[in-house]
Amino acid sequence: MNLKRRILKDKLLKILVIFFSLSTLLPLFFVLFTVVKNGIAAIDLKFFTSLPVPAGEQGGGILNSIVGTFLLLIIAFLIASPFGILVGIFLTEVQNKFTDLLKILVNVLQGVPSIVMGIIGYLLVVKPMGGFSALSGGVALAFMMLPVVIKNTEETLRLVPSYLKEASFSLGTNYTRTILRVVLPAGMGGVFSGILIGILRIAGETAPLLFTAFGNPFLNINPLKPVDALPLLIFNYAMSPYEDWYKIAWGASFVLIMIVLILTIITKFIVRRWKTQF
Amino acid sequence: MENTILKIVNLSAGFGKNWVLKNINLEIEKNKVIAIMGPSGCGKSTLIRCINRMHEITSGAILEGRIYLDGKDIFLMPPVAVRRKIGMVFQRPNPFPTMSIYDNVIAGYILNGIKLKREERDRIVEETLKKAYLWEEVKDVLYKRGVFLSGGQQQRLCIARALAMDPEILLLDEPTSSLDPKATSMIEELIIKLKKTVTVVLVTHNRAQAARVSDYTAFLYLGEIIEFDKTSRMFTAPKDKRTEEYLTGKFG
Repeated sequence: MNLKRRILKDKLLKILVIFFSLSTLLPLFFVLFTVVKNGIAAIDLKFFTSLPVPAGEQGGGILNSIVGTFLLLIIAFLIASPFGILVGIFLTEVQNKFTDLLKILVNVLQGVPSIVMGIIGYLLVVKPMGGFSALSGGVALAFMMLPVVIKNTEETLRLVPSYLKEASFSLGTNYTRTILRVVLPAGMGGVFSGILIGILRIAGETAPLLFTAFGNPFLNINPLKPVDALPLLIFNYAMSPYEDWYKIAWGASFVLIMIVLILTIITKFIVRRWKTQF
Repeated sequence: MENTILKIVNLSAGFGKNWVLKNINLEIEKNKVIAIMGPSGCGKSTLIRCINRMHEITSGAILEGRIYLDGKDIFLMPPVAVRRKIGMVFQRPNPFPTMSIYDNVIAGYILNGIKLKREERDRIVEETLKKAYLWEEVKDVLYKRGVFLSGGQQQRLCIARALAMDPEILLLDEPTSSLDPKATSMIEELIIKLKKTVTVVLVTHNRAQAARVSDYTAFLYLGEIIEFDKTSRMFTAPKDKRTEEYLTGKFG
């Protein structure tokens, strides 16, 4: 009797777990389905190769935003990865009151709302330089990416066993070389995937760009001039009153989701491929 | 003693406020195998980690006394220079996981940024691996990662890595404690052959191992050297009662 009840309970729990797991996936599938359905209709080759047209005209593409997004991501990457890796190394290697504080600050930085990052980008770059630019957008995005890179670097390097460091020291290697040529290479897979996760984190951000990168209907690769970005374009077009701009916004959403998806797959691949066996 | 290569004078060392080693005095002769034997926690590892100045890396490490290598005070030399002259092999085999077997052997050169010509590198790798009795087993897989070798092979690779720097002294910190009996006996044979070219200081908690491979044995107990003598003499006629009790297995 008792046994039967327990088996029944067991089955019930199993069904519940499966039910709730599937139900969490539902919204995800719904989003993907809607974006793909509406997005694919908007996409053709011209969509990728032409610039937006003035309201009222038919057609137009998103070349400027694709180029702009990549420009912004590259700037953010160039700023955030060296700083992030260095701070990550510092936090792994040094333990004192200052680094404890720094760790808290990194967490705070991670929690800062993205719109605030935009304001910081505005104050730090736009104001002194006297105009909106891709650089200011990249800086704002770099601030968002930084904590992700720091934490991933720190967590990966912490896993590198101390006996490797000792082996390096015992060969007469100095501290700097030990860190750069033994510890960092051993954690390279994790550090790299940290950078990619950071890029994923900022790829879809709109708010930091509103008053930094600003948007630009023309093709621009000059980091000192405003650029458009996919999330900005989606934001602007989706709020417009024009029917065919909605279509373009859907297409841009599809492209953005594809970029994120591909980056995620690359990240997974790198983590698996570059995992160091200790 | 003639031919002294290493002289330890009034050495005390420990962590925080706790002195693990108390006033150690020891003279080590060139081209001999010296075993440092004693129960767990007696300070064996701390002692040899002082010799290549690895003890100081640990946070909270304290140290007093002098160690002379060829008559020169090692605490007045840069630690990096000391460690190039005094190689070390650890308890757990620790080849560099990101490097091939070939690169592991010459890791000391690679990590220190010492440039070698191709032929020179090949020569060092082959000679050192032969010295470590590993060449026959790995000569066809030199460009594979070192971590794919067996534990015993990895440990011999680590010995080769230390030997490649051409050290005067080789410190072995319980090099066989994580290995099976067969790998252990190979390492022991290797140690005996190595003393032709290098002085070996071997830490072990295995009495039989000390008896098999060493010329001299130091018995370390509670941070003090109780007895230091020719191995053959100590194992047959120990002078101190504690040594005798340890050797007959009464403790440790």
